[in-house]
Amino acid sequence: MNGLSGADAMKRGLFMSFANTLRAAGVATAAVIAAGATLSSPAWAKDTLTVAIPAFLSGPAAGPFGVPARNGAEMVIDAINSGSLPAPYNTIGFAGATLEAEFVDESGGNTKQVAEYRNLVQKRNVDLVIGYVSSGSCAALAPVVEELQTLTIFAVCGTPRIFEEAPRRYSFRTMSHATADAVAAAHYIKDMFPEIKTYTGVNQNYAWGQDSWRDFELSMTQLMPDSKASENLQFPKIFAGQYGSEISALSLDPSELVHSSFWDGDLEGFIFQATPRGLFQQKKVIFTVGGTAAYRLGKRLPDGLIIGARGPYGILVRDRETELNTWFINTYKDRYGTYPSGPAYQYGQGVLAAKIAYDKAAAAAGGFPTQDQVIDAFTGMEFESFSTTVKMANGAGHQAITENVYGISKWNDETAEAGVTDVKFYPAECVMPPEGASSVEWIEGGMKGAKC
Amino acid sequence: MDMKRDWTLPGLTVGFALIAVVGTLVLPDWLMALTVNSFSRALAVLGLMVLWRCGLVSFGHALYYGLGAYVVALLGKDWGISEVLITLPAAALLSGLVGFGIGFIMRRYREIFFAMLSLAFSMVMYGILVKTEALGSTDGFSIEQPSFMGWTPEDATEKLHTIFLMLCFICWAVAALVHRYLQSTLGNLTRAIRDNEIRVEYLGISAQHAVHIKYVMSAALAGLGGAMLAISLGQVDPDSMVNWPVSGELVFVTILSGPGSVVAPFIGSVLFELIRTYAFEWVPGAWQLIVGATLLVIIFFLPGGVWSLISRAIGKREDL
Repeated sequence: MNGLSGADAMKRGLFMSFANTLRAAGVATAAVIAAGATLSSPAWAKDTLTVAIPAFLSGPAAGPFGVPARNGAEMVIDAINSGSLPAPYNTIGFAGATLEAEFVDESGGNTKQVAEYRNLVQKRNVDLVIGYVSSGSCAALAPVVEELQTLTIFAVCGTPRIFEEAPRRYSFRTMSHATADAVAAAHYIKDMFPEIKTYTGVNQNYAWGQDSWRDFELSMTQLMPDSKASENLQFPKIFAGQYGSEISALSLDPSELVHSSFWDGDLEGFIFQATPRGLFQQKKVIFTVGGTAAYRLGKRLPDGLIIGARGPYGILVRDRETELNTWFINTYKDRYGTYPSGPAYQYGQGVLAAKIAYDKAAAAAGGFPTQDQVIDAFTGMEFESFSTTVKMANGAGHQAITENVYGISKWNDETAEAGVTDVKFYPAECVMPPEGASSVEWIEGGMKGAKC
Repeated sequence: MDMKRDWTLPGLTVGFALIAVVGTLVLPDWLMALTVNSFSRALAVLGLMVLWRCGLVSFGHALYYGLGAYVVALLGKDWGISEVLITLPAAALLSGLVGFGIGFIMRRYREIFFAMLSLAFSMVMYGILVKTEALGSTDGFSIEQPSFMGWTPEDATEKLHTIFLMLCFICWAVAALVHRYLQSTLGNLTRAIRDNEIRVEYLGISAQHAVHIKYVMSAALAGLGGAMLAISLGQVDPDSMVNWPVSGELVFVTILSGPGSVVAPFIGSVLFELIRTYAFEWVPGAWQLIVGATLLVIIFFLPGGVWSLISRAIGKREDL
């Protein structure tokens, strides 16, 4: 590195004259101003809306999450622009305005996402933002969304904190949060494997992993009070990639059940590394986000894993033959060559929710709605999505509740496709806390008001 | 010794005054936010530049960068202190103090050992943050709205403009101080240390002592830069503030800027942020490639950084 400095350049720089400095500052200022004058985007025309779609486009989460998420959003946006969604959503655009999608990379850390979000709103003048996979992104962005006052729909991220820690006006989340996954997981274990007495967990060491494990352990304490959690829990870092020592520790642990909320490349890496070591023969393992791995791993996904998809999405609803779901699966398969996994559904659902809110607001306003009218229409609405009914029932009408579902992985030799057996659905009011209740207090208080 | 009169200080004064006034009048919000991010990073780069002049490259200054950011965040979270007149000096002071402690070890090492050891220290801090749930773990946490001498801005634009003006002033003051320092005997030792440490010792000055002072200075500056970034973005997390790619980014901007002048880091930072913003916008799937290619181009064709380009252009004209 030393050689790079260049002694000559240094001398010149060290003893420069006033004129040098002044001109340099002038050049810098002029460059900044010129950039501002020539590069700021023009104001958008009334008949198009710019939608930013952030998802992981690079890094270990891109393959299992970012790409299907992007595809799901792209497909639904194209269908909305051409008016080819199944009825009753077969009108063109959002309140008549066609959509221009801008896909954005979600990787690089939360603070970077905050800076990028500012760019989206202030520089690229997007009208609304639909997306975000990571709980970290959403937790970091929630206050910024309020500050910049731009409609933002969190499509996937799971931490319950978003709408529990403060009231929000400009952000919505169109799927259930992590609590539903944990509560439904505990119900499924109770229904299917009531003999289980001991369990442990391997979860990523950040909000999502910590929240998921905490909610699962609390739910097990409530629903299966005779069972006991291991003292020896594994919390590797997110995107760690290597799980040799965790797998050894799990194998040595006497627990019968392993809980994991792994997602992204970590999930697939863990399954690859644990399969040859016999972990899945030795123990029951429940993957709350396992659904994304099913299509990607195909036959390499061991049979007998308990898998969820963070709700009624992907492989767990492949046999649901509603018109919307059939359209979603067939169109996706024709276009991208695989079945849609959870993130594809979840991003598609976020886009669909925005369309419904815009259309509803337009009908009420008798013309193209303002952002405030869209938000008012969005708040508390209930709609039929591709695979399930979504109710914006919590967080003062900003947080969705949906049913949740688990099943057991089983490779189908006849069709040569990944499949699931023993699929059980749990209603939204059974797995999500009621409006106004905090997730942890609700579970600890014995899940009062749950309708299962 | 070059006897030409040094006009850097008046230049800095006029330059930053111009940026502050013209910026407030014409810059759109996004460009102002970009300038704020760039100048925050430039403060840290300024410290790295001083080290680089000694021939030392630190791949671990994200330690102080992140420390400054977390000091601001934690003062707000745990003590409810959001006054920048307290949080900023506290961040710089604490970073300087930690730098002082670690400096006793760092000053004994040079070259690759210095770089790797600094990396190791920063990864210790990263490990601690990631493992501590009370500090937000991998997610970090958001920061209280800052107040300026008891006054809290009403909306995002007001906040941004206040931070921008404040930062212009801070950058002016810091750049001027660093420049004065570099002109002093101790400051002028930077090149001497790089060229021949034994001769420096024969002059009766401890090279280790001199390196230690510069290390503390760079730590405090990185802390100040990180604190500014945290205040303007309203969020801290280990991956964006403390992880090794952040240290790498600081070194990247140092190389991009060039060590020629205290003005260089400010130009280099703005340039870096512009490149990154547009790369991110135009090729969302491969923006890192563009940023990396830029560094290669700089190393191959402009080893003195962008500053060498500017000083060369101006220098030629002066000869006429």
